[in-house]
Amino acid sequence: MKKQGGMAIFAALIKTLDSTNKTNLKVKALASYFKSATDEDKVWTIAILSHRRPPRPINTKLLREWASELANIPLWLFEESYHIVGDLAETIALVVPNAIEETPKSLTDFLQEMIWLKKQEENEKKYYLFKNWSKLDYYQRFVFTKLITGGFRIGVSQKLMTRALSQATGIDEDILAFKLMGNWDPNKISYQELILEENEADYLSKPYPFYLAYAVESEVKDLGDVTDWYVEHKWDGIRSQVIVRKDELFVWSRGEELVTDKYPEFAAFIKTLPSGTVLDGELLPYPNRQIGTFNDLQTRIGRKNVSKKLLETTPVILKAYDLLEWDGVDIRDRPFSERREKLEALYAKVKSADLPLHLSEKMEFNSWGEVEKERALSREKRSEGLMLKRKESPYLVGRKKGDWWKWKVDPLTIDGVLTYAMRGHGRRSNLFTDYTFGLWNQDKTELVTFAKAYSGLTDKEFKEVDAWIKKNTLERFGPVRSVTPHHVFEIAFEGIALSKRHKSGIATRFPRILRWRKDKKIEEANTLEDLKSLIPNKE
Amino acid sequence: MKTPLLQFTKKGIYCKEADVYLDPWRPVDKALITHGHADHSRWGHKQYITYNKNVPIIKHRLGDINVSGVDHNESILVNNVKFSFHPAGHIPGSSQIRVEHKGEVWVFTGDYKTEDDGISTPFQPIECNTFITECTFGLPAFKWIPQDQVMNDINQWWAENKADGQTSIVFAYSLGKAQRVLKHLDPSIGKIYTHGAIENMTNVLRELIDFPETELITKDTKKEAIKGSLVLAPPSAHGSTWIRKVVPYVTASASGWMTFRGARRRRAIDKGFVLSDHCDWNGLLESIEATGAEKVICTHGYTDIFSRYLKTLGYDARTEETQYEGEVPEGEIAKNDLLNVD
Repeated sequence: MKKQGGMAIFAALIKTLDSTNKTNLKVKALASYFKSATDEDKVWTIAILSHRRPPRPINTKLLREWASELANIPLWLFEESYHIVGDLAETIALVVPNAIEETPKSLTDFLQEMIWLKKQEENEKKYYLFKNWSKLDYYQRFVFTKLITGGFRIGVSQKLMTRALSQATGIDEDILAFKLMGNWDPNKISYQELILEENEADYLSKPYPFYLAYAVESEVKDLGDVTDWYVEHKWDGIRSQVIVRKDELFVWSRGEELVTDKYPEFAAFIKTLPSGTVLDGELLPYPNRQIGTFNDLQTRIGRKNVSKKLLETTPVILKAYDLLEWDGVDIRDRPFSERREKLEALYAKVKSADLPLHLSEKMEFNSWGEVEKERALSREKRSEGLMLKRKESPYLVGRKKGDWWKWKVDPLTIDGVLTYAMRGHGRRSNLFTDYTFGLWNQDKTELVTFAKAYSGLTDKEFKEVDAWIKKNTLERFGPVRSVTPHHVFEIAFEGIALSKRHKSGIATRFPRILRWRKDKKIEEANTLEDLKSLIPNKE
Repeated sequence: MKTPLLQFTKKGIYCKEADVYLDPWRPVDKALITHGHADHSRWGHKQYITYNKNVPIIKHRLGDINVSGVDHNESILVNNVKFSFHPAGHIPGSSQIRVEHKGEVWVFTGDYKTEDDGISTPFQPIECNTFITECTFGLPAFKWIPQDQVMNDINQWWAENKADGQTSIVFAYSLGKAQRVLKHLDPSIGKIYTHGAIENMTNVLRELIDFPETELITKDTKKEAIKGSLVLAPPSAHGSTWIRKVVPYVTASASGWMTFRGARRRRAIDKGFVLSDHCDWNGLLESIEATGAEKVICTHGYTDIFSRYLKTLGYDARTEETQYEGEVPEGEIAKNDLLNVD
């Protein structure tokens, strides 16, 4: 067998990962890659799969123009093809003339070229692309273009990659997870430094696995005596664990992602919380010293560099609800009431320091009826509902039934009419699965767009709607089609607020399709006024 | 304005001069049929005329019908309009239909492909003034891989699965694709089993074409006997209880839609082979050019995009609505796997 170049091996790995939905096969393929690839290429592969690619060397507008030029097709035809294929790199790899060469170069070679390419003149960039597009075989061409355009959607999370790396190296997963955190530059660090070298600090950061609750299944009164339970609101932020050990701070999100750098507010904890403290709580936006909406938080998620202005307009707080480690001792097996007492004592001690730390209010009730009344206030209090925690419960690992329950408020719902449709992406490419819904205006003459949704139907229903859309298209606007108003869908959403950015004047949070109301005619769909009436305490 | 030689009506493509329909989708008196897929040869016509090798196929599918066969390139006159059938290369028995009247020539392709599949009479471009073409895969993203390469991949995949102790299931339409795959399987790897729908149709075609041996899976077939073999099944068998007999298995689909990464993942199929009985982008463009037609009518597939591009090449191109299934591969397959979408 001839020796393959690093790029060919990497492309084969991506192909394998992309052609299976089975997690164990993905881990197996990755682990075997990590055992055989060169150290240099391994570092780049880890970087790419943990979203640390070099900055995009060429903008997508030029990519599209040059691909259509090389394919000898007009730009509009390229764009139409892109709408149908649903992925830019895949479209480019498909339309340019086929080649069969397998490159002897390594993955590292290509990425270093891309770093170099960013600083080059346009004609140099074009020459580089044409050369590679017309030489590489189909799958390598696709992977090459993906490296330029952005993320691989191949169902490989950082966690899965870490698991494979752990299998290949024998190093504990949590330690690897920590090693891979923070700002390291794949162009400067070696595999030895990144992965293999022992590091005392690795153990300091280790979070505890989160205890997760199931939704209440039947009647809450079946949970027994209400006085056995503490009740809290269920906050709509990011579940987080905050660790202070040996003058260092670590903030882990529920995805077991280390997000310390994203939330510099919490640096104040290092001086105020004693070493050996681990808090469990909800990371929440706190604009104007009030709990904000999830939308506010969205401006912070994903930002690696937080501007001073953003810190002022949208600061975050931790609403703490549990204490997992105290004085360096794991206290998860102690009853919740005891952990909670310690947490409250800690909070009382530090609260004068004006830290971004709040307590999640613990409530006790005399009847389940009272609990239900509190639940009804959830939307006003900006919570998603209630958390019910047994006073005696230890802090368990993962999602367990029995001691912790979430009791969310029912979603708001409204009946809207399907008005526009767009093709989906990824596994839904070429299927119309992204829908826009309208509600009637006051005199029921016009449908006004109020929400977009692309989840909630079964695959079978999506197929049915897709087939219908293809036969009932009124107009096409690039990827979007307007369709004959005919189908009514019940749309559920979690929150609602007035909005200037939306045509309807109303923003809905997390809209999704609840059910297809085949029994309803479009005349029976709701109006915008109906939607407005759902807004709690309108200003 | 004079009536065009062929019109698109509610019942199908109609030649008024001869009072004849081509591949009509509603019952008519006289129907000329291009090929045996369900969207082109429907039930309920009083008289069917088709290429003689297609006669046993549509008889098998439609039962007791009044059908007569003619040879390829043989002309029939109906009220002074000259009709003839010419190879379309789509599936066994498939044809294009040429219509000539007073020096004007139209050709209706039905479905067609340019690559010789080894079981259908290869496509021949027919000179005409107006060319009515399908364009199921009328996008530059579609470029087929040569058949021997795809079949090598399929045989190699089968051999690997067998070595792993797994049975290989290939989903393919019971008329056309199944036999195309069968024809080029390597029986030295192992035994080839079939689902009933495919076995029956293959037996009809064995009269005309030489195929490797197959065995129908029945309730008496031993599970152990199937292990490591290759099973040909219609797409509707995916997820059915029938398939349990074949455990442990890996699945593959052979279709032009497998070009898209998304399509492979969506179908929850382990492996996708790009193999189509329709033209790819270049196949369509080359065929149209070879006919010398000035006018092109696009019937099913990416009609809007394809006809717009043809206009930029200088053709007088337009689209017509038909009930041939071009753009609904995902939704329609389950209803009728004989219905050819690819």
